[in-house]
Amino acid sequence: MIHFTTSDRYNITAFRSFMTNVGSLGAGLLVISIIFLVAGVNPIFAISEIFMGSFGSVYGIKETITKAIPLILIGAGLTLAFRAKFWNIGAEGQLLMGAIFAVWTAQTLGDSLPGPVTVPLVFLAGFIGGAFWGIIPAILKIKYSINEVITTLMLNYICAEFLTMLIVGPWKGKTRFGFPGTDNLPDAAILSIIPGTRIHYATLILAIVCAIVLCVVIYKTRFGYEARVVGENPDAGKYAGINFLRTSLILMAISGGLAGFAGVGEVAGIHHYLGYPASVSSGYGFTAIIVAWLAKLNPLYAILSGLVFAGIIVGGDAIQISLGLPAATVEIVNGTLLIFLIMGDYFLHNKIKITFGK
Amino acid sequence: MEEIIISTIQRTMVAGTPLLLATTGEILCERSGILNLGVEGVMAVGAVVAFIVTMTTGQPWLGVLAAMGAGMAISVIHAFASISLQANQVVSGLALTMLGLGLSGMMGKPYVGRPLSVKMENVAIPYLSDIPYIGKALFYQSPFFYLAVVLALVAWFFLERTRLGIQVRSAGENPKATETQGVNVYVVRYWSVIIGGAFSALAGAHLSISYSKSWVEGMTAGRGWIAIALTIFALWNPGRAIWASFVFGGIFVAQYLMQPLGISPNFLAMLPYISTLVILLVISLGDPRKLNAPAMLATPFKRGER
Repeated sequence: MIHFTTSDRYNITAFRSFMTNVGSLGAGLLVISIIFLVAGVNPIFAISEIFMGSFGSVYGIKETITKAIPLILIGAGLTLAFRAKFWNIGAEGQLLMGAIFAVWTAQTLGDSLPGPVTVPLVFLAGFIGGAFWGIIPAILKIKYSINEVITTLMLNYICAEFLTMLIVGPWKGKTRFGFPGTDNLPDAAILSIIPGTRIHYATLILAIVCAIVLCVVIYKTRFGYEARVVGENPDAGKYAGINFLRTSLILMAISGGLAGFAGVGEVAGIHHYLGYPASVSSGYGFTAIIVAWLAKLNPLYAILSGLVFAGIIVGGDAIQISLGLPAATVEIVNGTLLIFLIMGDYFLHNKIKITFGK
Repeated sequence: MEEIIISTIQRTMVAGTPLLLATTGEILCERSGILNLGVEGVMAVGAVVAFIVTMTTGQPWLGVLAAMGAGMAISVIHAFASISLQANQVVSGLALTMLGLGLSGMMGKPYVGRPLSVKMENVAIPYLSDIPYIGKALFYQSPFFYLAVVLALVAWFFLERTRLGIQVRSAGENPKATETQGVNVYVVRYWSVIIGGAFSALAGAHLSISYSKSWVEGMTAGRGWIAIALTIFALWNPGRAIWASFVFGGIFVAQYLMQPLGISPNFLAMLPYISTLVILLVISLGDPRKLNAPAMLATPFKRGER
C-alpha cells in the first residue's frame, strides 16, 4: 500500500514558489499536449509553433510586447484586488469603459491642444472611466453585500452592449462608410509607436511604472497593508478599525483604472478609433486573471507573466493559421494552465510524504 | 392578440428552461459548500456534445445522456481542485469556464452552421394541453421544459426532505460537525459538484438540440453566469428557482417583444444583466440577511484541521 501523509509547509521561499509555478506549467503543457494529440495535431509541433510564433522571431517578439501592455496593466491591478479577496472579474468591462471615456475626451478636445497635453488628459479620462466602472461593484459589495463576481461580470456585458450602442448610433463615424465605429481619433491623441512595430511605448512605460509603484503600495504603505488584512483576516481588520468601504473603493478604483489605461492604449495606440468591443479587447480582462495568478499576486512579477501570456496569445494566433485550429485553442491552453497553477498551490503549502508498506 | 399572448408565454418558458436547469445544479453544488463558476463552460461542453452525438446517431436522447456524462466528467476537475486540493474556488471555476468554452469551440468547429435534421418534438400533456390559453403555452412544450421543472422539484424535495439532502446542506453550513457525525464531507461535495455539472450540461443540451437546433461558438451567451446570479436570487432554494428562472426567461423574451418599438437592440440586450443587478439590489435593500449564502460556501474544508 502507498500512504500519503500531508502536513503544512511554513517556510515558503521565493525559489520554491517559482519552481512550483514551473512545475505547474510543465504539468499543464503535458495535458495540453494530450488534448492536441486527441485533436489530431502533433503536440510537439504545435507547442514549438506557439513558442516560435511568439518569441522565436523579431516580428513575434514585437507583437508579444504589444499584447503584453494591456496584460501587464490589468494583471498588476488585479493583484491588488485579489490580495484583498475582491474577485474582480470585470476588467474587460473596465477596459472598455476606459476606452469609451478616452475616445470621448479625445474627440471633444480634437486638435485644439498639442499632443503632449492631450495624451495625458486622454489617459486620465481612461483611468476615470475604468475606475468608475470598478467602484460600482465595490459599493454594491460593501454597502449591499452583493457578490462582486456576479456584479463585475454583469457589468462586462452591460458595458459591451453600451459601447456597441454608441458606435452603431450617436458615435457612428462619417468616415466609416456605414460600418459601425467612430471616426479616427484626432492626431493629438494618437500615441507614438516604436517605428516598425505596433508598440505604443508610452503605455508600455506606464505599465511598468504602475507595476513598480503598485508593488511599493502593496508592501510598503499603510493602504497596502490594510488591503491585505481585508483579504486575509477581515475580522481582525474590523477590530483594527479598517474602513472596508474606503479600502475597497480605492483598490477597485486602482484596479479598474489600470484596466482603463489598457483601454486607452488599445484605442489610442493601436486601433485609433472605437470599434466593436471584441476588437477593442480580445479578452485581455480574463487572461489578466491568469497573469495575476502566475505572478503570485505580486504586481512586479506581472510584467514577466504578462509577457508569457502575451506570447501565448501571439503564438496561438500563429498556430490558428499554420495548423488550422479554431480561435478557442488559446482558451484551452489558458484554462488548463490556470487549473494547474492553482492546483500547484496545494503542493506549495503542503508537504506530502509518501510511504510504502502496510 | 390571443396568438401573441400564447406565444409569449410559450417562449418565456423555453427561454427559462436552460436557466432553471443550470440554476438547480448550481444550487445543489453551492448548498454543499462549493462555489462553481464553471457553469458557463460546462454548459458549452454539454451543448456541443449533445449536438455532435445527436447529429451522428440521430438519437437526441443519446445526445442528452452523452452531454450529461461529459458535464460530469469535466466537473470532476473543479471538484478535485477545490475539494481535494483546497484550491481557490473562484479561480478554479473560472478556469473551468475557460477550458469548457475552449474545448467546445475546438470540438464543435466542424459542426458550425450545420442544421440538425432530427428534431425533438414538443410533447402535449393529455387533457391539460386543451385548457384555453395556458394549455398550449404550458403543456405543449419541449421535453426539456417538463424535465427542468420536475428536476427542480425533485432537487427541492431532496434537499429539504431527505437524509442525504440534510447531509449536503450541513456540508455547506458546518463541514466539521458534519464530519463528526460520520458523514464523508469530501464524498458529499464531490457528488454535489458532479451532479451539478450534469445539470449544467443538460441546460447546454437544451440550447443546441431543442432551442436552436444548431451549434455556434459562444451560443451559451452568458446564461451560465445568469444561472449563478439566479442561485442568489432564488436564495439557494430550487423551488424559488422555478419562478425566478421563468421571470428571467420573460426578460429574454421582452427583448424581442420591444424591438418593434424602436428601442436600441443593444439596450434591450442589456436588460437581463441590468435586471440581475437590480433584483439583487432589491433583495438586499429588503432584507440583506436573505442574501446569506451557505455559511462555508467557497471555504475549503481540510480534514483534521482545528
